[in-house]
Amino acid sequence: MGIHKEDILETVTVKFAGDSGDGIQLTGDQFGNTTAVVGNDFATFPDFPSEIRAPQGTTYGVSSYQIQFASKDIYTPGDTPDVLVCFNPAALKVNLSTVNKGGIIVVNEDEFTDKNLKKAGFDSNPLDLNDRTLADFRVHKIPITKLTVEALDDFDMGHKDKLRCKNFLALGIVAWLFSRPLEPIESFLKSKFSKKPMILEANVKALHTGFNICDTMEIFPVMYTVPPAKLEPGTYRNINGALATAYGLLAASEKIDLPIVYSGYPITPASEILHVLAALKQFNVYTIQTEDEIAAITMALGAAYGGSLGITGSSGPGLALKIEALNLAVMTELPLVVFDYMRSGISTGMPTKTEQGDLGMALFGRPSDSHVIVLAPSTAADCFWISIEAVRLATKYMTPVVVLSEGFLISSSEPWKIPNLKEIPKIKTSFRTNPKGYLPYKRNKETLARDWVRIGTKGLEHTIGGLEKTNETGDVTQDPDNHDLMTRLRAEKVQRVVNDIPDLEIIGDKNADLLLVGWGSTLGSMRAAIEAVNGAGKKVAMINIRYLNPLPRNLGNILRKFKKVGVVELNLGQLNTIIRSKFLIDTSFLGRVTGQPIYVSELTNFINRELESLKEH
Amino acid sequence: MSTTKQTEYKADDFKSDAEPRWCPGCEDYAILKAVQMAMAQIGRPKNEHAVVSGIGCSSRLPYYMGTYGFHTIHGRPIPVATGLKISNPELAVWVVTGDGDAISIGGNHFVHAFRRNVDMNILLFDNRIYGLTKGQYSPTSQKGMINKTAPYGTIEEPSDPVGLALECGASFIAQISASYVKELVDLLVQAYNHKGTSFLHIYQNCYIYNDNAFDDFTERSIRDDNNIKIEHGKPLVFGKNLDKGLVVGYGKFDIVDIEPGNVPDNVVVYDETDSVLIRMVTDMKFPEYPVPMGVLKKTLRATFEDSLESQIELAKSKFPPDLQKLLSSGETWEVK
Repeated sequence: MGIHKEDILETVTVKFAGDSGDGIQLTGDQFGNTTAVVGNDFATFPDFPSEIRAPQGTTYGVSSYQIQFASKDIYTPGDTPDVLVCFNPAALKVNLSTVNKGGIIVVNEDEFTDKNLKKAGFDSNPLDLNDRTLADFRVHKIPITKLTVEALDDFDMGHKDKLRCKNFLALGIVAWLFSRPLEPIESFLKSKFSKKPMILEANVKALHTGFNICDTMEIFPVMYTVPPAKLEPGTYRNINGALATAYGLLAASEKIDLPIVYSGYPITPASEILHVLAALKQFNVYTIQTEDEIAAITMALGAAYGGSLGITGSSGPGLALKIEALNLAVMTELPLVVFDYMRSGISTGMPTKTEQGDLGMALFGRPSDSHVIVLAPSTAADCFWISIEAVRLATKYMTPVVVLSEGFLISSSEPWKIPNLKEIPKIKTSFRTNPKGYLPYKRNKETLARDWVRIGTKGLEHTIGGLEKTNETGDVTQDPDNHDLMTRLRAEKVQRVVNDIPDLEIIGDKNADLLLVGWGSTLGSMRAAIEAVNGAGKKVAMINIRYLNPLPRNLGNILRKFKKVGVVELNLGQLNTIIRSKFLIDTSFLGRVTGQPIYVSELTNFINRELESLKEH
Repeated sequence: MSTTKQTEYKADDFKSDAEPRWCPGCEDYAILKAVQMAMAQIGRPKNEHAVVSGIGCSSRLPYYMGTYGFHTIHGRPIPVATGLKISNPELAVWVVTGDGDAISIGGNHFVHAFRRNVDMNILLFDNRIYGLTKGQYSPTSQKGMINKTAPYGTIEEPSDPVGLALECGASFIAQISASYVKELVDLLVQAYNHKGTSFLHIYQNCYIYNDNAFDDFTERSIRDDNNIKIEHGKPLVFGKNLDKGLVVGYGKFDIVDIEPGNVPDNVVVYDETDSVLIRMVTDMKFPEYPVPMGVLKKTLRATFEDSLESQIELAKSKFPPDLQKLLSSGETWEVK
C-alpha cells in the first residue's frame, strides 16, 4: 500500500474524520457508492462514538469512516489510511498516529482556530509552517468552510444550513483525487432531498465546487485511478450486514413460506435490523418493539409456538436478560432464532464498538446442560446466508439457534453479487396435522426433532412448558432416569446437526506448518494476512469456523494436521479455551479487545513470530 | 335453507387427563371448573383455545385443560401469549397468572399489555401470597401481614391490580371472587366476548398460607353487605336487603340508606364506559366501601394485532412485495 506518484494504484485506504455532527458517515457512504460504481472491490469501517452529538470539536466526539478500495480482491477496510480527510483539529489529533508515513492529509484549515486547537489538545497549530507535527505527510490545507460559504453566496438559506454542505465540498475534493464520477452522488442527493430543492441544489453546488477547485487550483499534483477489480461476473450492489441480515430473513421466510415475527427492544447496534424489517412489512413481517428484552424473546417464542418464524435480536447486555427465556425454548424444543450483534463489553462497555466477547455466553451461559446451535457470519454479505441457515436449522431441529453477529459487520459494507432467489433451495418444513399416534415429545429418528404443531390444529391439543417432561408423552415428571435421558436427548439432538453442515475448508497453504483459527469478522484480516505472508514465500493456512456449535466434523483432523495452531479472536481466548479442552492440543493465541477490527499487520507479526518459534524447535 | 346445529359442549370436554395437584380445598379448583364451564358456554372446540401461564400455583392450570397450553416462565405469560396471538389471530388466547407473576416479576408486561390491547383474556388469581414458594409476602399482601419474609409484618403498601390496569389503559376490567362461581363463569364469557385485552381480577383464597384473606367481603353471612355487584345500566345498590346505595359525593361516592325495592333517582346507574364512574368505582377501598364485583370497565378500541395486520396490508398495497427487486435496489453495477 501507500500512495506513489504513479497515476494508477492497486489499493488505497481513505479515512474521513470529523465531528459526529459533520455528516462523516453520510460522506463515507457516498464515497463508497462511487467506489462501487467504478467497479473496485472495497470494504468499509464506519466508526463512531456512542454519544449522538458529543460537544463540538472534542476528541471523544470524533466520528470516522474508513474505506479500502482496490483493483484486486480485498478483505478488510485497511489497517491504516493512506489518505486522511480531517474536518477539524480533534479529528487530526485522534487519527494522526494511524496515517501511513508519506500519506496525504487533507484538512479544513478554517477549523484550526485557537479555540478548536485547544479543545483538541494541540499546544501549537500543526498547520504552521515551522511546526514539525505533520512533517512526514503530504498536507493539503483547504479552507473548506470558507469555500462552501462563498460557493453558496447566492443561495437564500441560513448560514448554518450552508455550513452543513461542507461535507459534500470535501467529498468533491476526494472524488477528484480518485477520478470519480459525481453522478452517483448527485442521484443520491436527488432522492434524499427530492422535497427540498434548495438543499439539493446547494449540496450539488458544493460537490461540484470541491471537484472543480482541484482542477483549477492544482491542489494535488497527481490524480489517481484505481482500476476496476476482477470480480466474478454478475450484477452487484453495495451491502452492509444490517441489510444483509434482514434480507436473509426475508429470503428464509419466502423459502419456508412462513411469516416472520421479529420482536426486539432498542439496543445498539441491534436496533438497525428492527429498523430495516419494520419498513418491510409488505413481506409478511410482523415487527414489534417490545417493553424489554425479555418480552422481545418471549413474544418471538410465542410466535414460534404458534407456527411462525419467531426471531429476536439484541446485543450482549440484552442477550443476558433473555437467557432464561432462551432456556424455555431449549426445554420446549421450539424453533427460535436469536441474533446477538456483539459489541464491546462488559456491562454497557463501548456500545458502538465491536468485539467477539459473547461466545462463552452463547455456548455455556445458561443454567444446566443446555445446548443450542451457534452460528457466526464472517462478512457483511455472509449475514444474508447465515440468516437463511439459522432458520433452516432451527425449524429442522426444533431448537433455538443463536447467531453471533458483530457490531462491525452490521455497519461495514462491501460489494455483493446479488443472488438469484430462484437458486436458493426451499426450506422444507411440515406441520403435524395427523392426530393418530401424536405424542408431543416423540422424535424424528434422524434429527431427534419433535413435531411442530400449528396451535389450533384439531386433535393435537397438548400442553408444553418449562417443567421436565416424560420422553415421548410429554407428561410432567420428576423421574430420575427420565431426566437423565431427556438431558442427553436434548444434547444429542444439537450434536446431530453436525451431519447437516459442511466440512471446514482450509484457506491458504494446505502443506503449511502453521494453522490460524478464527471465527466471525476476523476472516477478512486473517485472509489478507495469509495472502501477504504466503506471497512472501512463507507457508501459513487458516480456517474460519462458521458453525460454532456443533463444531464441524473435520475440525479435529485439521487441527492435528498442523505443527502449530494459532487462535485469533476479538476476546481473551474463548474459542481458544474450547479448542484446547475439546481437542487436547496446544495452541498459541492472539486476542484483541480494542473495540476495533484486528489489523492485518498485527496478524502478520503474529504469524512471523509463530513461524520463528517453529524454526527454533 | 339448511341450518347447521351448533355443537353443544360440556365443561368436561375441556378437561385433560392429568389430575390436578393443588392442595385439597384450594380455590384454584373452582376457577379451573369455571374456566371449563365458560368454554363450554362459549361454544368453540377445545383446539381453538390456548391457555398460557407463568409460574406459581395458578400457573399449573394449563396442564389440567384439554385445550392447547403453554406453562412458560415466571412473569412472562403475557408476552408469550402476545406472540402467539399475533401468529394465530383466530385462537382464543387465555393468560393465567398470579399476583406475584403478573404484578411483581412480570409487572412490566402487565403495564404494557394494556397499551397494546391484544385480544386476549388475562385471569389474575390473587391470593395475596406466594404459595408455591411457601409463604412469602406478595405485591398484594396487606401491610402488616406476618409471613415468612416479614416476620415483623410487611412494611410495603399493597399494589392494586385493578387500579394499575386502569391506569395503564385496560379496555376491559372485571373483578370477582372465586367463591362466586356462577358470576365468575359469566365474567369469563364476557371477558372472552370483549375484543381487546380483558383483565379479570379474581380473589382466590390460599388455605395454606393466607387463609381467610378475603372473608371480610366473601364470607357468606356478611358478604352482601361488604361487596357490591357492578352491572352496566343498573343502579349501584348493595346490602343483604339491598338497602344501601351509592350517590355522587365530593369526588367520590357517598353511601346512603335506601328503602329496599325503591331505588331513589340520585343513586348512580352504572355505565361501564364512563371514565368518571369507572375511576370512582375502582377508587373504592374496602372497608370504607364495599368491594366492587363485576365488569368495571368496557370500552372498545382497535386491537394490536388488527392494527399490525392493517399496516401490513397497507404496505402490500403501496409496495407490492418483490424480494428479488428489493435485493437489487439502490445503486447496482454489472461486472462482465
